[in-house]
Amino acid sequence: MYKSRNILAGLIIFIAMATFPFWSALGNDSVAPVLELDTPAINQLEEKQCVESRDFMRRRHMELLMEWKNAVAREGMRIYRASDGKTYDMSLQNTCLKCHSNKEEFCDRCHDYAGVKPVCWSCHLEAKGDE
Amino acid sequence: MGMGLSALLVIALVLLAFLGVQVAGLQFLFGVVIPYAAFFIFLAGVVYRIVKWAQSPVPFRIPTTCGQQKSLPWIKSNKIDNPASTAGVIARMALEVLFFRSLFRNVRAELKDGPKIVYTWEKWLWLAGLLFHWSMLLVIIRHLRFFADPIPSFVKVISSVDGFFEIGLQHIYVSGIILLLAVTYLFIRRVAIPQVRYISLLSDYFPLLVIFTLALTGILMRYFMRENVVAVKQLALGLATFNPTVPEGISVLFYIHLFLVSVLFAYFPFSKLVHMGGIFLSPTRNLPNDSRARRHINPWNYPVEVHSYEEYEDEFRQVMKAVGIPVEKE
Repeated sequence: MYKSRNILAGLIIFIAMATFPFWSALGNDSVAPVLELDTPAINQLEEKQCVESRDFMRRRHMELLMEWKNAVAREGMRIYRASDGKTYDMSLQNTCLKCHSNKEEFCDRCHDYAGVKPVCWSCHLEAKGDE
Repeated sequence: MGMGLSALLVIALVLLAFLGVQVAGLQFLFGVVIPYAAFFIFLAGVVYRIVKWAQSPVPFRIPTTCGQQKSLPWIKSNKIDNPASTAGVIARMALEVLFFRSLFRNVRAELKDGPKIVYTWEKWLWLAGLLFHWSMLLVIIRHLRFFADPIPSFVKVISSVDGFFEIGLQHIYVSGIILLLAVTYLFIRRVAIPQVRYISLLSDYFPLLVIFTLALTGILMRYFMRENVVAVKQLALGLATFNPTVPEGISVLFYIHLFLVSVLFAYFPFSKLVHMGGIFLSPTRNLPNDSRARRHINPWNYPVEVHSYEEYEDEFRQVMKAVGIPVEKE
């Protein structure tokens, strides 16, 4: 092998960069985020059911919030009829955050884990615990 | 032919992942085994290629020169385009790797009005190539958010700059969209220009189509199908910590995306994609042009028996003296 010093240096840099996910995760014992549903408002519910089904909320809650935002801010509509026929007041603070008053143990857990930065809180007030 | 075949190949690969996950339920194979195997092939293959290349001797300086060579002190030389030192080579290589400087010189040669050749401005290939490679890099760095918890700060910074624009409530990653547009342009260019199409092979079309499908499935997952990102990160972190798990709730689209990434990684060392390493080993780019200053000896020179003048004189001194030829040693 010619110029073996340069070649080895280059290969070491390449391997170090390519295996970054492996060595940076050394000693990492992170577990998937667990969402906390233990808030006073949720505990009072007879049927622990969000606006839509769990799977829908998990994947598409941002679309629902977007739809609510547009309906309220642009069309003045405030009543949301869910797929099961129940109606809700379309409001982040008065509907969503009434139950999920624990932003840090609910919203933030997944968002931090997945590196998502929602823009909700640039306008809306953050829920501050159970006050 | 190459185009049709590579399109068929990509469709077959997508179908394979779809059927394997959706019908046969081989989540572990497509989510864990194949990615590990592909990554191993990628690492070992690239190292093998580089080591193999490094075994070829490059005895003489053959850099392409685009400026005045270093010679006499009062002749101004071009230190980067005709580098005489390692620093010049590094500067030139950096400009080449980071900004594709030699491609920037690209012109289009056309015959106009009979036998007249005209060179016209052509920067689109350079622009699309640069956008493609840089956005690819950004996309890869952004994907590191799935492999580390907590997410490293450089990934966060890059993601937030990349996601500067918002549509609705969502950050739009510009790099992903530019990647899709640039790869589409590069593909169309290959097909639309007859001369380029003539020299295009399966190995040119196939990676473009795979990367196109990757960008497309990525954008579909992020903005339209809404992949379960937390589950995906569990899978990715499981791979990174050698503790693989296959969480519930990941759609088949993700497995198609992951399978194509695996195919691309495994294909990498055996294809033109390995120019990632090869660019650094290009003798026309990585050698200083110092033939006038240093003597370069061919490493495979065999020992040649020489008869030096001293030996010659020793042999014939008496005869030379006899006929009156001057000698150096009496």
